[in-house]
Amino acid sequence: MTKLVQLVFSGVAIGALYGLVALGFVVIYRASHVVNFAHGSFLLLGTYLTYGFHQEIGIAFFPALGLAALAAGAAGLVVERLALRRMVGQPVFAVIMMTIGLAVVIDALVVWKWGAGRLSVGDPWGVSAFRLGGDAGIRVAAVDVARLVAAGAVLAAYALFCRFTALGITMRATASDQEAAVASGIDVGRVHAVCWAIAAAVGTVAGVLLASGPRGIDPTLSAVALAAFPALVLGGVDSPAGAVVGGIMLGLVEVLAAGYLPGLLPGRLGANVHTVVPYLVLLGVLLLRPSGMFGDREQARL
Amino acid sequence: MSIPSPGRRRLPVGLALAVVYGVIPLALGDFGLSVLIFAGIFAIGAIGLDLLVGHAGQISLGQAFFMAVGAYVGVNLGAEAGLALPVWVVAAAAAGGGLGAAVGLCALRLRGVYLAIITVGLVFVGLYLWNNVPALTGGAAGIGGRAPAALGPLDFNRLQVAGQVYSREQAWFWLVWALVAASAVMAANLIGSRTGRAWHAVRQHELAASAIGIDIRRAKVSAFAVAGALGAVAGSVYFGYVQYVGPDEWGLFLSVQFVAIVLVGGTGRLAGPVLGALVLGGAPRLVEAVSDSLPIGGLGLTVANLNRLLFGLLVVCFVALAPQGLVGGWEDVRRRVLAVRRRPVGAGEHAATESVATGEDQP
Repeated sequence: MTKLVQLVFSGVAIGALYGLVALGFVVIYRASHVVNFAHGSFLLLGTYLTYGFHQEIGIAFFPALGLAALAAGAAGLVVERLALRRMVGQPVFAVIMMTIGLAVVIDALVVWKWGAGRLSVGDPWGVSAFRLGGDAGIRVAAVDVARLVAAGAVLAAYALFCRFTALGITMRATASDQEAAVASGIDVGRVHAVCWAIAAAVGTVAGVLLASGPRGIDPTLSAVALAAFPALVLGGVDSPAGAVVGGIMLGLVEVLAAGYLPGLLPGRLGANVHTVVPYLVLLGVLLLRPSGMFGDREQARL
Repeated sequence: MSIPSPGRRRLPVGLALAVVYGVIPLALGDFGLSVLIFAGIFAIGAIGLDLLVGHAGQISLGQAFFMAVGAYVGVNLGAEAGLALPVWVVAAAAAGGGLGAAVGLCALRLRGVYLAIITVGLVFVGLYLWNNVPALTGGAAGIGGRAPAALGPLDFNRLQVAGQVYSREQAWFWLVWALVAASAVMAANLIGSRTGRAWHAVRQHELAASAIGIDIRRAKVSAFAVAGALGAVAGSVYFGYVQYVGPDEWGLFLSVQFVAIVLVGGTGRLAGPVLGALVLGGAPRLVEAVSDSLPIGGLGLTVANLNRLLFGLLVVCFVALAPQGLVGGWEDVRRRVLAVRRRPVGAGEHAATESVATGEDQP
C-alpha cells in the first residue's frame, strides 16, 4: 500500500511536468497548427542556460531560472520570426521537417557550448527526501514536491494570463478563429511569436525541474519532449486542460508501469517497459477516439 | 506528376548510368565505395518512403523501425540459419511489408499529426524490443554474423569473376546499387499503375477520391506496406554488409535522416531519394575525411557534432528555400534553359511536345 501511494505521488509529480511540456506544445499548436518538434530543444536550451547563469556566472538559483526562461523565450520568438514565418501555407510535412531541422541545430549548438557530459543544475532541494507519518510512513522526495509546486504555479499563472490579460485574450481569440481575429485587427503574427516565447519559457521550467534532483542535465533531456507526446495526444493537441490531464495520466502510467510490470513480465521484457506502455495506451485511445480525449473532433466544410 | 518522358530520352540516360555503375568500383577506392554503399542502402529505404510520403501523401517517421526489422531478419535467417541471400532479403521484404500493412491499418483512422506521433511511437516500441529480446537481437550488446551473400555463381563476400578477384567493397557496391535500380524500377511501375494513381488521388483529396470509388483503405495500406518492405530490404542489406548491428542504431534520428533524404532530394520524383541519399549519406563521411584539416578541435567541436549541425542546417535551408528539393531545382533550371531554346516560332509542334514532356503539374 505504501509503495502504491509513493508511486502515485511521484507519478503525479512527474505527470505535472509532462503536463507543462505538453502545454508548450498545445500553446503553439492552438495558434498556428504546428506541432513543434523543436520544443524539446528549447527545453534543453533553457535548462542549460539556467545552469550557465547559476553555476557558471553565479546568479542565485531562482533568478537564474527566471532569466533563463526569459532568454529561452526570446530565442523562441526569434526562431518563430526568422524560420517559421516563411512556412505559412506550406504542407504539414514540410513544417514538421523545419521544426525537426531546428531541433537538430539547437541540440548541436547546445552540445557545442556545454559538451555532452552530465552536469548538475544546482537546485536547492537536491536529493533530499522526508517521510510522512513517521518512520514507516511514505517516503516523499523533495524534488517531487518542488515539481508539483512549480508546475502548479506555472499553470495557474498561465490560466490567469489567458483569462485576464489583453494578450492572453488575444491569444485565445486567435486560437478560436484566426480569420475573425485578423478581421478584428489582431496582429496574428505577434500572437504566434508570443506563443513560441511562452512555450519556450514554460519548457525551461519543466526542463529544469526534470533535470534537478538525481537526474542531472545532459543532452538527452530534449528527448523528454518526445516522451510527452502521448500526453499531448491523449489530451487532444489543442486543449490546454487536456494537456495537463494527459500529462498526469502519462506520469501515473509510466511510474506505475515501472513499479509493477517488471515483476510480471518474463525474461528481460520487464526492463524499461515503462517507455513503451504510454505509447501502447496512446494507440489504444487513438483508435477509439482519433482526436484524443479532449480534442476537438475534426469537422470541416468540404 | 511528371508525364513520363519520351522513350528516346530514357535509353541514353539508362546506358550512361549502366556504364557508370560498372566502372565506378574499378575507379574508386574502398573508402569512396563504402560511402556509396551506405548511400545506396539509404536510397532503397528512401525510395520506399518517397512512395508513401511523396506519392500517397501520408506521414511516417517510422522508417527506422522497418530497417531494424529487415536487419534482424537478416541476422536470424541469414547469419544464424545460413539461408541464401535471396531468401533472407525476400523474407525481410515480406516482414517489412506485413508490418507496414498493419501500420497502414492504423493510418485509416489517424491523420496528420496523430499519425506522425504513432509512427514515432513505433520507433520507441522497436527500441524497447531490440534491447529486450536478446534471443533474436542480441540485446543491448548487439549481434554480429556473416549472412550468406551468394547469387548463383557470384558470392559478394568473396567475388571472383573470370579469374579476377574483387574487393568486398567493389562487390557490395554492385549488389547494393543493383538493388537500388530494382527498387526504382519497381517504384516506377507502381507509380504508373492503378495503385500509383490511387495514391496520387488520396494525396490530393481523400474525400473526392473515395467519392469516385477509389478504395482508400487499400491505397493507404499498400503504400505503408511498400515503404515498410523497402525499408526492411535496406536494413537486411545493411546487416549483410556491416555484419554487426546494435539496438541503438534504430532510433528516431535514423527515421529523421530518411525523411530528410526524401525532402532534400525532392518528393514525388524518382531521382529525388537517390540524389538525397547521395548528398546526405555522403556528406558526413566526407566531413569525417577532411576533418583533420579543419580547425574544429580548437573551437570545441567534435566531428560528430559538426555533422549533426550541418545536417540540421541543410534540412532547415532546404525546407525554407528549396522545398521542391534537388530534383525540383534541377527541373526548374532545365525548364528555364529549354524555354530559352524554344523561342524560335518555327519549332511549332516540336516545342509543344517538349513543353508537355517537361511540364510539371503543381502538387
